[in-house]
Amino acid sequence: MSEPNNHSTHEDTTTGLNHRKLLMWAFLGSDCMFFASLIATYLVYKGKSVTGPDPIDLFSIPVTSVSTFVLLMSSMSMVLAYAALTKGSLKGFRVWMLSTAIMGMTFLGFQVFEFRDFTVNEVKISCEENSPKYIELESKLSSKQKSDYKKQCADGIEEAHVEFGMTPRTNLFGTTFFVLTGFHGAHVTLGVIWLLSLFFYSFKRGAVSAERHLDVDLAALYWHFVDIVWIVIFTVVYLFGVYEGF
Amino acid sequence: MINEETSNHPTPKTYVLTALILSVLTAIEVGIFYITSLGYWMIPILAILSIGKFALVVMVYMHLKYETKLFTILFLSGLLLATAVVFALMILFRSF
Amino acid sequence: MTSFPLQISRPIHPTGIWNWITTIDHKKIGILYGVSAFILFIIGGIEAMLMRAQLASSNLKIIDPELYNQLFTMHGTTMIFLAIMPMGAAFFNYLIPLQIGARDVAFPRLNAFSYWTFLAGAIILNASWFLGGAPNAGWFGYAPITGKAYNVGHGIDFWIISLQVLGIASLAAAFNFIVTIINMRAPGMTFSRLPVFTWMSFITAILLVLAFPVITVALIELQFDRFYGTNFFITSAGGNPILWQHLFWVFGHPEVYILILPAMGIVSEILPTFSKKPLFGYPVVILSGIIIGFMGWMVWSHHMFTVGLGPVANSVFALTTMAIAIPTGVKIFNWLGTLWKGSLTLNTPMLYAIGFILTFTIGGISGVMHSQAASDAQQQDTYFIVAHIHYVLFGGSLIAILGGIYYWFPKFTGRMYDEKMGKLGFYAFFIAMQITFFPMHFTGLNGMPRRIYTYGSEYGWDFWNLISTIGVLLLAISMVIFIYNIVSSWIGGEKASGDPWDARTLEWSISSPPPEYNFAVIPTIEYRDDWWEKKMLGKTSEEITSDDVHLPQPSYWPFIASLGLLIAGFGIILSIPVAILGASITMIGVYAWSFEPVNDPH
Repeated sequence: MSEPNNHSTHEDTTTGLNHRKLLMWAFLGSDCMFFASLIATYLVYKGKSVTGPDPIDLFSIPVTSVSTFVLLMSSMSMVLAYAALTKGSLKGFRVWMLSTAIMGMTFLGFQVFEFRDFTVNEVKISCEENSPKYIELESKLSSKQKSDYKKQCADGIEEAHVEFGMTPRTNLFGTTFFVLTGFHGAHVTLGVIWLLSLFFYSFKRGAVSAERHLDVDLAALYWHFVDIVWIVIFTVVYLFGVYEGF
Repeated sequence: MINEETSNHPTPKTYVLTALILSVLTAIEVGIFYITSLGYWMIPILAILSIGKFALVVMVYMHLKYETKLFTILFLSGLLLATAVVFALMILFRSF
Repeated sequence: MTSFPLQISRPIHPTGIWNWITTIDHKKIGILYGVSAFILFIIGGIEAMLMRAQLASSNLKIIDPELYNQLFTMHGTTMIFLAIMPMGAAFFNYLIPLQIGARDVAFPRLNAFSYWTFLAGAIILNASWFLGGAPNAGWFGYAPITGKAYNVGHGIDFWIISLQVLGIASLAAAFNFIVTIINMRAPGMTFSRLPVFTWMSFITAILLVLAFPVITVALIELQFDRFYGTNFFITSAGGNPILWQHLFWVFGHPEVYILILPAMGIVSEILPTFSKKPLFGYPVVILSGIIIGFMGWMVWSHHMFTVGLGPVANSVFALTTMAIAIPTGVKIFNWLGTLWKGSLTLNTPMLYAIGFILTFTIGGISGVMHSQAASDAQQQDTYFIVAHIHYVLFGGSLIAILGGIYYWFPKFTGRMYDEKMGKLGFYAFFIAMQITFFPMHFTGLNGMPRRIYTYGSEYGWDFWNLISTIGVLLLAISMVIFIYNIVSSWIGGEKASGDPWDARTLEWSISSPPPEYNFAVIPTIEYRDDWWEKKMLGKTSEEITSDDVHLPQPSYWPFIASLGLLIAGFGIILSIPVAILGASITMIGVYAWSFEPVNDPH
């Protein structure tokens, strides 16, 4: 191990462990239950929506894969910031910390873009008699959307642009999807604020140092936790969501 | 009890290597997703890959592998119960 | 180390009310918790008395149906979340650090934050009376009657927000106690020597941190349905109200054990002391506590036997429910074993503890009765269930808490209570509680549904309802005796010594009330029941006092962070700008708090 050992101080507690770190792990265990309840709600309501759109009508796996990748890499950058700090490199800490926060914000940007994209989603349905697209979507379209389609086609155009967006109010999928990913996004937002606070705080002399690595360690644990929750959401909501057999 | 915090943490090299494995696993996930011929097998394969990623981040980045067992117990008690509750609710709602 | 840019000087030696607002001493916070919870307990009791007045006879019109709905909702919510839970928290606060030989909890400021946030939640809930009507959907708020379509007005909104705020308070407190018990034990205080009360509190805290996130999510879903028009429990959009029931009881059943485990801990402290024997089968009592905590997660659907989950689910949950009676029964036998051939002192706390065993056993038996899914179909939502819940919560949790108040009264206040009046109060209380709640078994099995505001005379429920109402009047009298005893003894009771009971655990090794720093010298633990063993062996040393202990200093910030939550809570319901103001105050409080050192350097 190349790291110096001098900051590994024994805490004056019964177990020798730090109070705050113990609290953080207990909190993460508890937060598992929070996300489990949201995920369970999502899963028991999967496929129970009365109207569309369904996951398959909205999700773009390539786009979400990119944002997933960004969040994964932010975890690496976070742990490198921590490693730099414990080695005493404040500069390395700042570089990695800022890049972590930027990646976190990039992820949030993707999420905002995605949410907006879902709400303004449109579907093009050709106006020919028994259009396959129309038959496919018939059960998912609301009566308002159907009459909109017929009205547009009555004007004699070839292809109608039917509004097929989703908000939290549209259907059960919208409700469960936005609340689950929204609360994950809220966790990320809080994490970004925490990381940026530490970043700016580090410009104060002695405020962030190898001796006080625990302040960063706790933020890092929280950040990685947010990342692993997303690992689950990406698979369960996105990949399983578009896969028709599930 | 001796505090082993940070003294036996892995080096940045390990962290970068882990990131590499995580990226490859994600790429495999997305790749597999497009092999429609897998049918139902896709679900367990994707689940296992995702569990692998989860475990890597927790053990390496969150240092659970290198630190006291007590942290593992605290976290796992929440995680296992959470998993059990999700499956129990899915069974009760006949989601399978 | 510098403080937050807001230059407010720290309250080093506050006086008067500021002493209480800024305190982070676990003993003072314990007292605050206890007194507030007791006041709320009286409010909940008055609500119950009003309901009993309305039910005294058939076809009475004392209270209109809408108010009646609000009364039973507020009674249940108040008693569970604002009375029994915080009374438990009062004991955790005061006793855990003393029992494990620590000078305070692990996070003293977080502890103050828990208390003030609890108070904020209590204020939000009770403010609903004056802001358009209290919640009226029952304490478990089943969907869809909590939905906007069936429940206009703000009552349910207050219920949701106050429970969220109380959840924050409970979670913060539970994390604090988990860390305190793991990490602040005196040298030699291993988990196999930990006092039973602390052990049970530890299990309770773990249940809390795992159970509360589930109700948080359920409430978030309901809140989004009501505030933002989402579809979680909207049947026309495919939503399923049964999901609310599941989420509520996934939380709700562990919650039942959150209410009863501390009571079991209190009883396990009182019985050995006044039997002059160690607790019979200490490891088994602990183990059965752990098993109860674990199995508490596997039984939730027994609250839902009549929903129609199907024969398989009903059978599974019936079996697990019957099984959880086993560790509970084991405990009862351990307590009886403790009494067996003991040299008993039948004073007030001991009477309450024995009363606990009796009534809790009755409640346990009626519990096993409705663990049979088939017979539960007859009992669901009748007064039989009301009888059961009151036997286990009133005759279980509360009776133990009252006993605990008497038992530790000398420690809390430094004075002795009046023994004669205490015993009188106990007998009045115990008899009144049987008169009130036992007849409910009969009315329930005769088919009287819970939550009806009146009933016709042709059903033949008049007689036993009148008895119950008379019982409540007697209960009120017994509580007046209790309150008079506590208040008058607190003011002018005889001075108590450090160890008036010749007791067993560490809190009795120091003066009454304990000095601010608790232990001048942190004790070294060599035995289970260390203080008792050392007394037997003559190894106790003269108590010393010290002026040289550095304690964490008081702080404004926990109070300010909670104040922000109070404002934000009202704001979310009534006005968004106010909510933003409140959230900003909380943010400032949290920031200032995290930049404030535990102790200012000199």
